[in-house]
Amino acid sequence: MAKTHVTMTINGQEVEALVEPRTLLIHFLREQMLLTGPHIGCETSHCGACTVDMNDMSVKSCTVFAVQANGANITTIEGMAAADGTLSALQEGFRMMHGLQCGYCTPGMITRAHRLLIENPDPSEDEIRMGIAGNICRCTGYQNIVKAIQYAAAKINGVPFHEAAE
Amino acid sequence: MLPNDGADAVEHPLRQVGKSLPHESATRHVQGSALYIDDLPEPEGTLHIAIGGSPVARGRIVTLDLEAVRSAAGVVAVLTAADIPGKNDVSPAMGDDPMFAETHVEFVGQALFAVVAETRDAARRAVRLVKSQFEEDKPSITVEDALDRNETVLPDYAFGRGEPAKALTEAPVKLSGQFRIGGQEHFYLEGQVSFAMPGEGDEMLVHASSQHPTEVQHVVARVLGIPDAYVTSEVRRMGGGFGGKESQASQWAAIAALAARFTRKPCKLRLDRDDDMMLTGKRHDFRVDWQLGAHADGTIQSADISLLARCGYSADLSQGVVDRSMFHADNSYYLPDVRVSSRRLKTNTVSNTAFRGFGGPQGMLAMERMIDALASATGRDPLDIRKANFYRPGGEHTPFGMQVEDHDVLHALVDQLERSSDYRARREAIDAFNRESPLIRRGLALTPVKFGISFTLTQMNQGAALVHVYSDGSVHLNHGGTEMGQGLFLKVAQIVAEEFGISMDRIRVMPTSTGKVPNTSPTAASAGTDLNGMAAMLAAKAIKARMTAFAAETHGVDPAEIVFRDDMVAVGQLTLGFGELAKACHAGRIHLSEASHYKTPKVVWDRANAVGRPFYYFAYGAACSEVAIDTLTGEMKVERVDILHDVGRSLNPAIDIGQIEGGFVQGLGWLTTEELVYDDKGRLRTHAPSTYKIPVASDIPVDFRVALFDGANREDTVYRSKAVGEPPVMLAISVYSAILNAIQSLQPGTPVPLNAPATPEEILKAVQALGGGGGF
Repeated sequence: MAKTHVTMTINGQEVEALVEPRTLLIHFLREQMLLTGPHIGCETSHCGACTVDMNDMSVKSCTVFAVQANGANITTIEGMAAADGTLSALQEGFRMMHGLQCGYCTPGMITRAHRLLIENPDPSEDEIRMGIAGNICRCTGYQNIVKAIQYAAAKINGVPFHEAAE
Repeated sequence: MLPNDGADAVEHPLRQVGKSLPHESATRHVQGSALYIDDLPEPEGTLHIAIGGSPVARGRIVTLDLEAVRSAAGVVAVLTAADIPGKNDVSPAMGDDPMFAETHVEFVGQALFAVVAETRDAARRAVRLVKSQFEEDKPSITVEDALDRNETVLPDYAFGRGEPAKALTEAPVKLSGQFRIGGQEHFYLEGQVSFAMPGEGDEMLVHASSQHPTEVQHVVARVLGIPDAYVTSEVRRMGGGFGGKESQASQWAAIAALAARFTRKPCKLRLDRDDDMMLTGKRHDFRVDWQLGAHADGTIQSADISLLARCGYSADLSQGVVDRSMFHADNSYYLPDVRVSSRRLKTNTVSNTAFRGFGGPQGMLAMERMIDALASATGRDPLDIRKANFYRPGGEHTPFGMQVEDHDVLHALVDQLERSSDYRARREAIDAFNRESPLIRRGLALTPVKFGISFTLTQMNQGAALVHVYSDGSVHLNHGGTEMGQGLFLKVAQIVAEEFGISMDRIRVMPTSTGKVPNTSPTAASAGTDLNGMAAMLAAKAIKARMTAFAAETHGVDPAEIVFRDDMVAVGQLTLGFGELAKACHAGRIHLSEASHYKTPKVVWDRANAVGRPFYYFAYGAACSEVAIDTLTGEMKVERVDILHDVGRSLNPAIDIGQIEGGFVQGLGWLTTEELVYDDKGRLRTHAPSTYKIPVASDIPVDFRVALFDGANREDTVYRSKAVGEPPVMLAISVYSAILNAIQSLQPGTPVPLNAPATPEEILKAVQALGGGGGF
């Protein structure tokens, strides 16, 4: 099949590649760019394991064609930490607040939460729950994921984090 | 004094055990650098596999024409039953699961052939080019279909005591009913995946996302017709398992291995999600027929519980699963005259399998449903009926004859939760609310969980570990358990770090491999830590004893004066680094590696005669849930949940609370939103998350409070901890009971016809049966 030339910025780096028009962004990222952080869960845009940030929006990369991402600015989980490897506030939050178990949803969940906190820097618990409702976690029951996001919001906002009493 | 304080207290302060340390892979998970099987770098020439399945549920294969498939672009090989050098059998035990169907098909999607191609896309496209013909037979889909044909996958089984039939006739309060319990799709976020690498000669390495690498090894060897020793099965981590990768990972591993053997290239098989949902088994669904006899005060005299399980087309693990539904059909209640019977019905649907709780949740739900009916019939508060029937002095024996020795834990735990959840005041408030609210109704329920810990097949209650201390003081930790997110690898590492008095970063947790630890049990039955944690502790103790003896002799110190702590070893007045001592031990020709083995004491179960002690101990818990239902739409909201759960002395409280919250929400999905719908042709119509509703963050209880019960395991488990993997699923029964309670408020005393899952549709039907719903 004829291939299309695409260029995009992924995690701050300009890349160019030839892709088939039917290639999905998730397959392009995982197989051609070797970025295996975003995972394949359902391939029908329901589970959110493949979530990446594209042009300042959370997208499910299993239902975006790679050619649609031509010229786009993309951030995956691999681009979340600082250049020196320091974890972002969200990465730290998910680690410290036990916001993960099997970890398979984690890259998509953090990538989604990253955009959520840009859209709404000080979300309520309810807003966090609604804001990540497009991402399935089958392990945690979400409580610790919500806490992880609260932890990160507090850190980014420079306010002390108080874990809700249980 | 706390109820469990009879157990020995740990004397010195613990440095690692009991701490809420983060998951051992947490840093890699948040970086996206933790590798699952589909993330492993693919060697040049890796081939991809797609499965061709049956379009019909029951029938004879007339033709299977694969010519167009073979000649499709990118196809390297097409494999059928004729290509299997060994046995065409991927079953865990009974020999009734062919890898590829040969003459007959028994469910929609059953594998007929596999396409091996240069790309996954080419393989999937080629599958569609098959030309096949079938002589169709009418399939059995429902419990009733199977009953009509009288077809089962395993013999019927029952146990009990006394004369329940007579007692039921004589009881002042007689109740009976029938209801259905739905199944559940695992929806592990990482679907089934295997990656097989051929070695020299017959050697085969299979990376399989499996809870049971040993079974993968055995099945691959059986299919390839080679000795077990030529196959290595390995898994670093799974993206969730929940029982769905206990027996049902083997088929995909074996197909990948056959393809690798055939092509001499690495071959990967990752099921597409829709295929995964159609081709792999689920939690068993049941019809329960029950009778209950009680005294006028609500104490149960007799019970007859008939569990009709829809097993699918083959036995798989149905013996253990349905046995466990029987073992838990008493939940926490003493049933003086009792019969628990079961049928393992054969239907032309995918073979149902292990799912967190392994039949226990269905048995327990049946009993709680009966208790709620009894409360309604006697006009008493359901919690009072529950407490009146708890195991107690003079009523300590289960229907299978095992004595419940620590029922005081159950009483103490429920009393504590009753107070902390403010049950009585909230009951009054809800009653008052319901009197004033015709359309929105609230319900409240506090239900207990008593879950037996051990494999009911006694031989599986063993664990093993292999620990190496290298001469630099770093530690290599292998054991037979697999990591699927539950934190097993972390807990076992904490135990080993504690034993050696070293920091966690000295320990390298290794992938589970049949080459390192052989003949393992599956990571299942919540027993992963009990078995493997104990085995690893024994290995570490053995190495430490040799290091201690060497240090004592070298420095002329009494071994009792040698202490391993904080990465140091105090040898009398002298202090050595742990690595320093390891190096000295090696120079002194001390063996710094140990393979160890642990078997659970006390468990014996004679199934044929239904006598013995199938469980080492019980894990307890209770949950109090409050819901609101809309009687016009059937919509339901979980307003508040309070959980108190018994994990013994927690090895890691954060991990345990995570298991409790996650298990509860998974149970909530099973009982309220997750609905498997098969049509009359046997096709699963809910084969993707678009139609199969899994809880998301906005579905969890508005107010969700979880606490650990304070008390040690009275049995001698590792650090007196208790298993936690499965029991919390059943805490969600409180939500189902609360929904029943809300509907019941429309017409107290009238039976509520509510099946599980209590979807809005199901709630609305029950509401209307009780004359509610605003007269529509």
